[in-house]
Amino acid sequence: MSTSTQTIEQLASREYKYGFVTDVEQDAVPRGLSEDIVRLISAKKQEPEWLLDWRLKAFRIWQTMTEPTWSNVRYEPIDYQRIIYYAAPKKRPTLQSLDEVDPEIRRTFEKLGIPLEEQKLLSGVAVDAVFDSASVATTFKEKLAELGIIFCSFSEAVQRHPELVRKYLGTVVPYSDNFFATLNSAVFSDGSFAYIPKGVRCPMELSTYFRINAKDTGQFERTLIVAEEGSFVSYLEGCTAPMRDENQLHAAVVELVALDNATIKYSTVQNWYPGDKEGKGGIYNFVTKRGKCLGVNSKITWTQVETGSAITWKYPGCILMGDHSVGEFYSVATTNNWQQADTGTKMIHLGKNTKSTIVSKGISAGHGQNTYRGLVKIAKDARGARNYSQCDSLLIGDQCGAHTFPYLDIKNSTARVEHEASTSKIGEDQIFYCRQRGLSTEDAITLIVSGFCKEVFRQLPMEFAVEAQKLLSVTLEGSVG
Amino acid sequence: MLRVKNLHAAAAGHEILRGIDLSIDAGEVHAIMGPNGSGKSTLARVLAGHPEYQVTGGEVLYDGQDLLAMDPETRARLGVFMAFQYPVEIPGVNNAYFLKAALNAVRAQRGQEELDAVEFMTLVRERMGVLGIDEALLNRPVNEGFSGGEKKRNEIFQMAVLEPRLGILDETDSGLDIDALKIVATGVNAMRRGDRAFLLVTHYQRLLNYVVPDFVHVLAEGRIVRSGGKELALELEEKGYGWLEPSYTEPSAQLAEALPRRQPVGG
Repeated sequence: MSTSTQTIEQLASREYKYGFVTDVEQDAVPRGLSEDIVRLISAKKQEPEWLLDWRLKAFRIWQTMTEPTWSNVRYEPIDYQRIIYYAAPKKRPTLQSLDEVDPEIRRTFEKLGIPLEEQKLLSGVAVDAVFDSASVATTFKEKLAELGIIFCSFSEAVQRHPELVRKYLGTVVPYSDNFFATLNSAVFSDGSFAYIPKGVRCPMELSTYFRINAKDTGQFERTLIVAEEGSFVSYLEGCTAPMRDENQLHAAVVELVALDNATIKYSTVQNWYPGDKEGKGGIYNFVTKRGKCLGVNSKITWTQVETGSAITWKYPGCILMGDHSVGEFYSVATTNNWQQADTGTKMIHLGKNTKSTIVSKGISAGHGQNTYRGLVKIAKDARGARNYSQCDSLLIGDQCGAHTFPYLDIKNSTARVEHEASTSKIGEDQIFYCRQRGLSTEDAITLIVSGFCKEVFRQLPMEFAVEAQKLLSVTLEGSVG
Repeated sequence: MLRVKNLHAAAAGHEILRGIDLSIDAGEVHAIMGPNGSGKSTLARVLAGHPEYQVTGGEVLYDGQDLLAMDPETRARLGVFMAFQYPVEIPGVNNAYFLKAALNAVRAQRGQEELDAVEFMTLVRERMGVLGIDEALLNRPVNEGFSGGEKKRNEIFQMAVLEPRLGILDETDSGLDIDALKIVATGVNAMRRGDRAFLLVTHYQRLLNYVVPDFVHVLAEGRIVRSGGKELALELEEKGYGWLEPSYTEPSAQLAEALPRRQPVGG
């Protein structure tokens, strides 16, 4: 066995860095799902009647649905009656400053290396920290309010801006959309809401750190972002989760709406617990993310770096309705050990001269299985539509797999669609070359992988790109065979 | 500086090196010549620690330390540099970034502080000037899309920046036109110093017109069959490798010991 293999195997035995549990009192509803539970969640959140009705409609449809099985992932059946559908930290302080945040929670963030105050100071990021299901800290709100920007928890938006929530909720991902989105519609606990008024360029990155913490609590966030005419917003979502034995279901919904000439950039760094080396435990991440380019010249960019979760199953997509609208998808998905990912995007071209770009980088290591699944659909009336897709796979070792399923559905003869795909392997030669120049095997792999992912990292805001690169190297530790 | 004693090495179960003895002192330039398949490149790669080769016997001391016990990055950090016969491409990784990471790894070993971006660029520009390297090369991905000549020049450029104590050139001259060869030779000659040694692995005598070696060794079937001064290279050029038969030659180490040594010059 070569020395580099040995080194890599030593690295492989490293534990998940962010696996710890914070001890905060939980206010949870009983286990299981029924109409009563849906009503209880809605009541706990003091929601208006229309929202309860919306939840109930979703729940009734969900009862008639069956879990989809078409994905290229394998997992034990989920017992939906064993899940606790709502948990919020019991102490819900009214906060003037970060000093008032529960010290336990503060320590958790510090362990993660992302203390809120540092975030504030260093990066100028307003942080809406979702700790379990309820928001415990919201910053920069006043500064944003001066510009008319609303950035708050979803629950708060329901209380304070019900007209906006009601106008846009479910317009991109209807409550009947799919099994997991419908489940989310019935039981969603909290999430984020952002509204950028006409002509406003949001001066800072809006950021939310999600964190699943309560034992056996499935998380069902709901995020809604609306960018009015001529506005711009860049939104960051990043997350880490503590170590667990039991699989945790995460079924979030994200809806984006971009009106005329508006731009939304949505970036995700996902680092949930992937399970241990034998594939035990880990998060199931079954997410529905979709953006609607409603207005002319509108643009939505999804950038994702998926390093965690036992199973990732998500397709952030764009519905390009407005003429000349643009959809982009930049993705890095890594699978190590026994992780599985079935991810990609859907670009639905409806408007004229719409354009979409897909750049997908899949990295498989260990026994990881990585699937790119993408749909490019060009409707009959979408004249002059263009799509460029590039799917690259990088294999580390010989136990892993990469799969590509590009679906093209073209109904207009003026469309131009290009698809490129490549598969490569990190070679012993590349690693040796780096080592001969003085770099460790670990640094060599990080370097080679970051080169492979460059086109995607370039899309991320600077500080996020650094974090993404760090997560990637942690994820791939112990991967070359 | 380097003492190779009865070194045996194999790849995929086939023995390639069958007892190499070689002594290199600081300030010396040694050339290893030999026909294809004689084990020249294997020797270079074994010294650098390439994982494809298994050392099956013998020892190598580098400054008195057991070189073979070190992993490749430790050897590199302690000043062993190998210019690759086939430099490897690393797509997407900026050449300057790569070199800075390498330089700082080497500097850390020497107990020196990391260079910041400005200091690094100053150093790099100076070395590029000596080698006549275009600055655009810095911002291209490592070796990706480089011509054969550019790759080889990039190796010498890296060597000039990393300032190793022992520079091993694995057939750096092969595939180079005369202009590129001169650039490579200029780079090596500029680096010759009393405290630095070079091991030039080459198939042809051509390079040795420009980088004049102190010693020439001829390898055949995994053994050094002949050692001599620079005139041995010329003799080989004239007669080819055919006249050398392993069985008729004296043990090479003894021969090397018998030859006059060039005195290291101050530096």
